[in-house]
Amino acid sequence: MEDLDLLQEAASEAEAAKDSRTLYEVKMKFLGRTGKVTGLLKSMKELAAEARPAFGKRVNALREALEEKFAALEEKLKRKELEEKLAGEQIDVTLPGRRAKEGALHPVTRVKDKLIDLFSGMGFEVFEGPEIENEYYNFTALNTPADHPARDMQDTFYLTEEFLLRTQTSAGQIRVMEQKKPPIKILSPGRVFRSDDDATHSPMFHQMEGLVVDKGITLCDLQGMLDEFAKKMFSETSKTRLRPSYFPFTEPSVEVDVSCAACGGKGCSLCKGTGWIEVLGAGMVNRRVLENCSVDPDVYSGFAFGMGIERIAMLKYGLGNIKLLTENDTRFLEQFKD
Amino acid sequence: MLLPYSWLKEYVNVTLPAEELKDVLFSCGFEVEELTYLGKDVEGVYTGKIVKCEKHPDADRLTVCEVDCGKQGKKQIVTAATNVFEGAVVPVALDGATVKHEGGVQKIKTGKLRGVVSEGMFCSGEELGINDDFYEGAEINGILILDGNTPLGYDARIEVGLDDWIFDIAVTANRPDCQSIYGLAREVAAATGMHLMPLSVSYESEPTSVRIPVEVKEPKLCPVYRGSYVKGVRIGKSPQWLRRRLALMGLRSVNNVVDITNYVLLEVGQPMHAFDRKFLHGDKIVVRCAEEGEKIVTLDEKEFTLHPENLLICDGERPVALAGVMGGLNSEIKPNTKEVFLEAASFARDSVRKTSRALGQRSDSSARFEKGVDPLFTPKVGMARALTLMQVLGCGTPTEYLTEVCSVPKAEKVIHTSYAAIDKLLGIHVPKEEVNGILGRLGFLIDDLGEDFSADVPPWREDVDGYPDLAEEVIRMYGYDHITPTFLENATVTHGGRTPAQEQERKTKRTLEKEGFFEACNYSFYSLKDLDLLRLPEDAPERRAIRILNPISEDLSLMRTLLLPSMLQNVVRNVRRGNYEGRLFELANVYLCEELPLKALPEERKHLVLGLWGEGDFFDLKGAVEALAAAFDIRLTFEKGERPYLHPGVTAVVRMGEKEAGVLGELHPAIAGELALEKKTYLCELDYALLRKRFAKDITYHELPRFESVQRDLAVVVDEAVTCAALEERILRACKAVKKVELFDVYRGKQLGTDKKSMAFRLTFSPDEKVEKPLSPEAVDGFFNRIVGDLKHNLGAELR
Repeated sequence: MEDLDLLQEAASEAEAAKDSRTLYEVKMKFLGRTGKVTGLLKSMKELAAEARPAFGKRVNALREALEEKFAALEEKLKRKELEEKLAGEQIDVTLPGRRAKEGALHPVTRVKDKLIDLFSGMGFEVFEGPEIENEYYNFTALNTPADHPARDMQDTFYLTEEFLLRTQTSAGQIRVMEQKKPPIKILSPGRVFRSDDDATHSPMFHQMEGLVVDKGITLCDLQGMLDEFAKKMFSETSKTRLRPSYFPFTEPSVEVDVSCAACGGKGCSLCKGTGWIEVLGAGMVNRRVLENCSVDPDVYSGFAFGMGIERIAMLKYGLGNIKLLTENDTRFLEQFKD
Repeated sequence: MLLPYSWLKEYVNVTLPAEELKDVLFSCGFEVEELTYLGKDVEGVYTGKIVKCEKHPDADRLTVCEVDCGKQGKKQIVTAATNVFEGAVVPVALDGATVKHEGGVQKIKTGKLRGVVSEGMFCSGEELGINDDFYEGAEINGILILDGNTPLGYDARIEVGLDDWIFDIAVTANRPDCQSIYGLAREVAAATGMHLMPLSVSYESEPTSVRIPVEVKEPKLCPVYRGSYVKGVRIGKSPQWLRRRLALMGLRSVNNVVDITNYVLLEVGQPMHAFDRKFLHGDKIVVRCAEEGEKIVTLDEKEFTLHPENLLICDGERPVALAGVMGGLNSEIKPNTKEVFLEAASFARDSVRKTSRALGQRSDSSARFEKGVDPLFTPKVGMARALTLMQVLGCGTPTEYLTEVCSVPKAEKVIHTSYAAIDKLLGIHVPKEEVNGILGRLGFLIDDLGEDFSADVPPWREDVDGYPDLAEEVIRMYGYDHITPTFLENATVTHGGRTPAQEQERKTKRTLEKEGFFEACNYSFYSLKDLDLLRLPEDAPERRAIRILNPISEDLSLMRTLLLPSMLQNVVRNVRRGNYEGRLFELANVYLCEELPLKALPEERKHLVLGLWGEGDFFDLKGAVEALAAAFDIRLTFEKGERPYLHPGVTAVVRMGEKEAGVLGELHPAIAGELALEKKTYLCELDYALLRKRFAKDITYHELPRFESVQRDLAVVVDEAVTCAALEERILRACKAVKKVELFDVYRGKQLGTDKKSMAFRLTFSPDEKVEKPLSPEAVDGFFNRIVGDLKHNLGAELR
């Protein structure tokens, strides 16, 4: 039985094949265009016509059997080869991951953004005034005429007799009130400058000024708003405390302390044992300031508050020296990634 | 302002523990910056009487004393002091005590001296930290010998005046009246509801024929000048109590007359000056400005050459004092002074400050005047107080000659308002009895008219001029804890938020953050050196920088016209600190002006600076700029450019349309070398204000193409001189169907020939939306061939 022999021969050669390439060659040897099985089919025309159908049937059966055999072996070899290939592709999963370079916003920007978000939710618009100001906006209109003792409170950088680097974002208050009539709720962040240089003072720093002018605004409203600020900025349990102070452009003026978030008000090294931390200055807008801006102080009242953004950042992140904020050391800055 | 508790008690009978008084002061607006117990370093020192003195058996220079320490018992003390004797009462530091020693604290223990037990130590004045002004005899060399009648066994601190507290109080600028012990006493009385003792200002004056008329030529600078003639002056030592008070305030006693002037300054806040009348030539006083070049020698023997802005007190011939700052040496009080002319004046604070600063001459008087002395009340009470003390201390006889030149109106200030107005501002109701009581205790005269009231403002309160000031007085005494927080109950609802420009800044920063940049924050000033480092030519517009008249230092003296120098400093600092690679940006204003000195507010123009060092290259930095352009949908082009501080071959000018929007490049290697930057640094400064004008307001949505696009790669060989931008531009121009051109490879090799390079682009073709059918391969072939032909024709490019 020539065909049985052929089947045997093909099967043993196929099973001996170690890889799919050899198997393919074996397959071609029998089933290819010049293969042995194909040869058998070709030889059919030499047979007598009546013998051809039976012969053809037999050869086709043989071919199908072989094809099935090859398919099974192919499948098996491919699986084996894939396993071998994958076995060679082991990685050290403990190698470090690869990340896109990622920067960070400056902590002052972070705090500023947070403050803006917080106060814009309460209806404050953001206004930015110029950093170089004249005497009028920085002092005179804020009820600080030339001979006023308060001019000594902030050592001012002068550019000429008239022009100076603003010492407070309050300067922007006047510009807003000149342009806009009450109700006013504005927030004015920006750079300010004072001739001061030590561990907690920098000749340039950022302030955030808030101003509300409307009918019937009271000191109680000021504290209510500051309580809200303290809760959102520091902790849900934060409280504020007002104590008398002095700013020429507010009357009454207060210093605002926030309960120490580090110790919860019990007293610790951060709050120097007092349980409170001085955070900002505020007060009811001085009538003269309103008058200077043509706002009738008998109809309207308002409050203003101003805080140092660096100071808030230093408290929030526990920074010991304000200089860290202008050194721009990348080891410092990278700690403020989102 | 220092406030000794013992002194305060003379005017207010407060008995609160010092810590509690500190809280009282704090709550009414006087923060105690430091509270010091004077005897804190001296502990366990008692008064004891030496009952027996014997020579030490084994040491010639030691004495063994038996001491009666009253309740503390009998003690044996061995001492090397030579001024001890039987019957002397001395301070005895017993076992466990502490005393002052060489600036620190020394602990005393029982021990043996040459075999003899000593249960402590006798103390000198120095070991107690006191001098003669505190306790007579404290400065002698040896043990402090106390008054013989001192009770035994008591804490020695009480006897020598160390049982006292000093409050160091921060007084706000609006309250110069509280730059005095009596002013603070008034506040304490008001806050505690205690009675304020009146100042003793009664003296008897004798007639005199002496006249020393005063002429004030500058009434603006000297609104009030009071003068008084005192005869029969006997210069001597001040009494112990007065010397101690000066000592508590850090002043040394000079003589009785000078001490009185200092005492009055501290007690009521009036700077005084005493002239020896004998040396007032012509028996007159003229207050005038100095002539240019005029000279004066002050009490401390310093000579000053003056200018017309310096105010002088002169006699008939010459300057005798630098007004408000210091007296002249020529008329100072001497041990043999017999007659005194006393001055109590009010000088304009600005004038005193300018003179004091310009001459570098400061004194307690000038410091006080700089804070402001009211013209009506304080000089008057100061003079009366000084004359009273002259008489009480027996150092002179006040006379009837008292002169005053006053150019300010003496009208009283009265505020008419209502109790409701105060409540309305505070937001709470304060009972009117409280309002009346508080204001009354602070020296206001209240006329209660039912709903309304009027308040006569005391003359020392120049800061009060409206009802909000009264509201503040009320609430700081009534207590801020009465304020009940409300949330804008009456206010109109407003809509808040950032302006579009602020939103854009935020997005700009976020975009750069995503590109791996850290945000920097630098001072707004730098120096000429920073511009020199950039090798900017003398006429460069960046050198037209605004100068600060009074900078902290030369390094911080010019307002920035460029941000790049600060960035360069940041890079250098980082590298020096071992941060060998990094990326930073800063978005901040530069200050540009048309002319100097400034005639108008300068332009504050936002710039953006980027720095990249130690990693990446030009194209990483350019990529960040492109990311920014993409974020705001603006089109920037880059052309080869030049800057003196950038590498001549690696510099691009950034353009937006026709306008120059900035520069980008590698730091000039010569500058890098100068700064010891080993690795390359890339810098970019952009005119952010210009870019912002074209920023897309919002995200624009483009309809998705209906048919898919087709990509083809194109590699061409061109001359080195042909730029990528030129090729891109030609490709886009040659075929409208090309929607995107992306360079993905540049290759140079021998087979291409010298000065040749191959550039490979991926082109994305999309069908025109109007055509409404997909691109056929034949159509794309057509486009492709057209592009190849165009590049060959215009740029000599060969298909590779």
